[in-house]
Amino acid sequence: MDPFNNFSGLVVPLDRSNVDTDAIIPKQFLKSIKRSGFGPNLFDEWRYLDRGEPGVDCAGRPLNEEFILNEARYQGASILLARENFGCGSSREHAPWALEDYGFKVIIAPSYADIFFNNCFKNGIWPIVLPAEVMDGLFELASRDEPMQIEVDLKAQQLVVGDAIIDVEIDSFRKHCLINGLDDIGLTLQHVDDIKAYEAQRRQQAPWLFT
Amino acid sequence: MAAKTFYDKLWDAHVVRYDDDGTALLYIDRQLIHEVTSPQAFEGLRIAGRSPWRSEANLATPDHNVPTTDLEKGITDPVARLQVETLDNNCDEFGITEFKRGDLRQGIVHVVGPEQGATLPGMTVVCGDSHTSTHGASGALAFGIGTSEVEHVLATQCLIQKKSKSMLVQVDGELSAGVDAKDLALAIIGKMGTAGGTGYVIEFGGEAVRALSVEGRMTLCNMTIEAGARSGIVAVDQKTIDYMQGRPYAPQGDHWPLAVEWWNTLHSDEGAEFDKVVTLDGASIKPQVTWGTSPEMVVAVDSTIPDPAQESDPVKADGMRRALEYMGLEAGMAICDIKPDVVFIGSCTNSRIEDLRDAAKVAEGRKVASTIKQALVVPGSGLVKAQAEKEGLDKIFIEAGFEWREPGCSMCLAMNADKLEPGERCASTSNRNFEGRQGQGGRTHLVGPAMAAAAAITGHFVDVRSL
Ligand code: SF4
Repeated sequence: MDPFNNFSGLVVPLDRSNVDTDAIIPKQFLKSIKRSGFGPNLFDEWRYLDRGEPGVDCAGRPLNEEFILNEARYQGASILLARENFGCGSSREHAPWALEDYGFKVIIAPSYADIFFNNCFKNGIWPIVLPAEVMDGLFELASRDEPMQIEVDLKAQQLVVGDAIIDVEIDSFRKHCLINGLDDIGLTLQHVDDIKAYEAQRRQQAPWLFT
Repeated sequence: MAAKTFYDKLWDAHVVRYDDDGTALLYIDRQLIHEVTSPQAFEGLRIAGRSPWRSEANLATPDHNVPTTDLEKGITDPVARLQVETLDNNCDEFGITEFKRGDLRQGIVHVVGPEQGATLPGMTVVCGDSHTSTHGASGALAFGIGTSEVEHVLATQCLIQKKSKSMLVQVDGELSAGVDAKDLALAIIGKMGTAGGTGYVIEFGGEAVRALSVEGRMTLCNMTIEAGARSGIVAVDQKTIDYMQGRPYAPQGDHWPLAVEWWNTLHSDEGAEFDKVVTLDGASIKPQVTWGTSPEMVVAVDSTIPDPAQESDPVKADGMRRALEYMGLEAGMAICDIKPDVVFIGSCTNSRIEDLRDAAKVAEGRKVASTIKQALVVPGSGLVKAQAEKEGLDKIFIEAGFEWREPGCSMCLAMNADKLEPGERCASTSNRNFEGRQGQGGRTHLVGPAMAAAAAITGHFVDVRSL
């Protein structure tokens, strides 16, 4: 995983609540055995007028001009504004893979589905939670003709929007992993002795778990 | 000693270590694996030169992509075939037991796990699939994980976790006859909302839950994720223990009494405190039907579709309008006037033997309405299918005009050939009615198995109790 660096990015507002993982990446793309290349099919059913199929080049497909991601002013966006319960539905990690592959590094929403939220961190995406009132303000700014940029500072846990600074909460362990691009498995394997000790004791208590 | 919740007990028994900030390394007893969320995890292992920590703690079976007809033709979709073959190869390479296609034990992971006794009381169970919550009915702490975590469990047998808050959903009173676990699950989601359980582990308790069979509890726990919670659990009782006895992966010989002794402690202590308690009156619950594109958009079968104009929350009202438009329905319409085109009985929510019996009871001696284009029954596993055939349920279904299929996820998520055409309306026993879930443009109404069969017979939704 690449370390998460501070950056300034264009913001696109997706004004829908309960956006589920089927909408983020429709299931026909789950048949892939790879973890990259999902970006062109992000929000496929909303983004295109025809039906997307794996292996089909998206460059020639008819775009749904009304879908916000297709508007000229939002091209190159790396920050996604969303409404409550974003990423609900399945546990598929294809959803953050698609968001990341498209170029999103940060999502800002009032709430997320639990598994999706976790999966974001494991893929170098920072899912930020902000109160609904603050979200309303951001949606307003991002919807103007001249959309906004946000400066994202993970180290300082801050978003800079014009003259305003928004403080953001993040779990310290997750922050540490994002900043350093740390792989969870490597971290856990530092505790091999603890795992073995646990197993030895557990084998005594509940031997049927080890047959 | 302070009174503990059942969740506390499951959690405490599996903590390997705590970090300074309270993050735990949690030991995982069982990982279930299927073809969709595992290829990238195995690839990750291979790239890092790692091997599974305990191969035997994993159990695999393909389900999402497998065809449910013409098995002898194999999987004709090349992309799906590659994914299933990749699972086969990965399991062979890493020494993981897999119930491959053609094995009688193959089926939907969440049906196969309990059926084999591979998911036992007191275990921690994970799978790269959100409906892993199903296994909470066995008295296990079970939750869905993403692919990175699948790899993490393969490599370390552990997960990095923070403890959730605890919620008790207490259903007092008795469910009336003809109201099943699915109706209960939908009624709970209707009350709590799809985000109501976010951040919690839900323990289901109360008279109505105790009265459910272990299979019924699976239906209930299965849909915990639709209430936003990752895990749902039901305390172990004699029914749970009886259910486990004699299953292939259940404890044998001397281990059995040892296991039972511990399992008998797996319930919340008297006076244990929950972070939140929700109570429902079981006796007042009627058969449920969803009308929208989120499981919380649900009403009793004798109601009408709610009016967005009456909703005070503008975001919610907007969601309702969008859902009605997608579903091709009008506010105020009676649920019983809705006519499905397709009926699907299956999925990890409702494809166990009891579900098929419930549906067959309704179908017996009746015919599928002529307006129904397709009515599918898809058993959850090869063993469920065999048992149903032993009981003659297949004949009842076939005579009534249903198609009797091979096990798999099928039209629950339409990754194989079983899918809705745009605009088609389905009475489905699955768990998600999201836009496009059962096929692009498809419209899903979630119901229990008896209600689905009743809709197939009459051609519209109907209170199964009136048949
Ligand atoms: S039956 Fe449906 S919900 Fe269950 S595991 Fe299969 S696809 Fe997922």
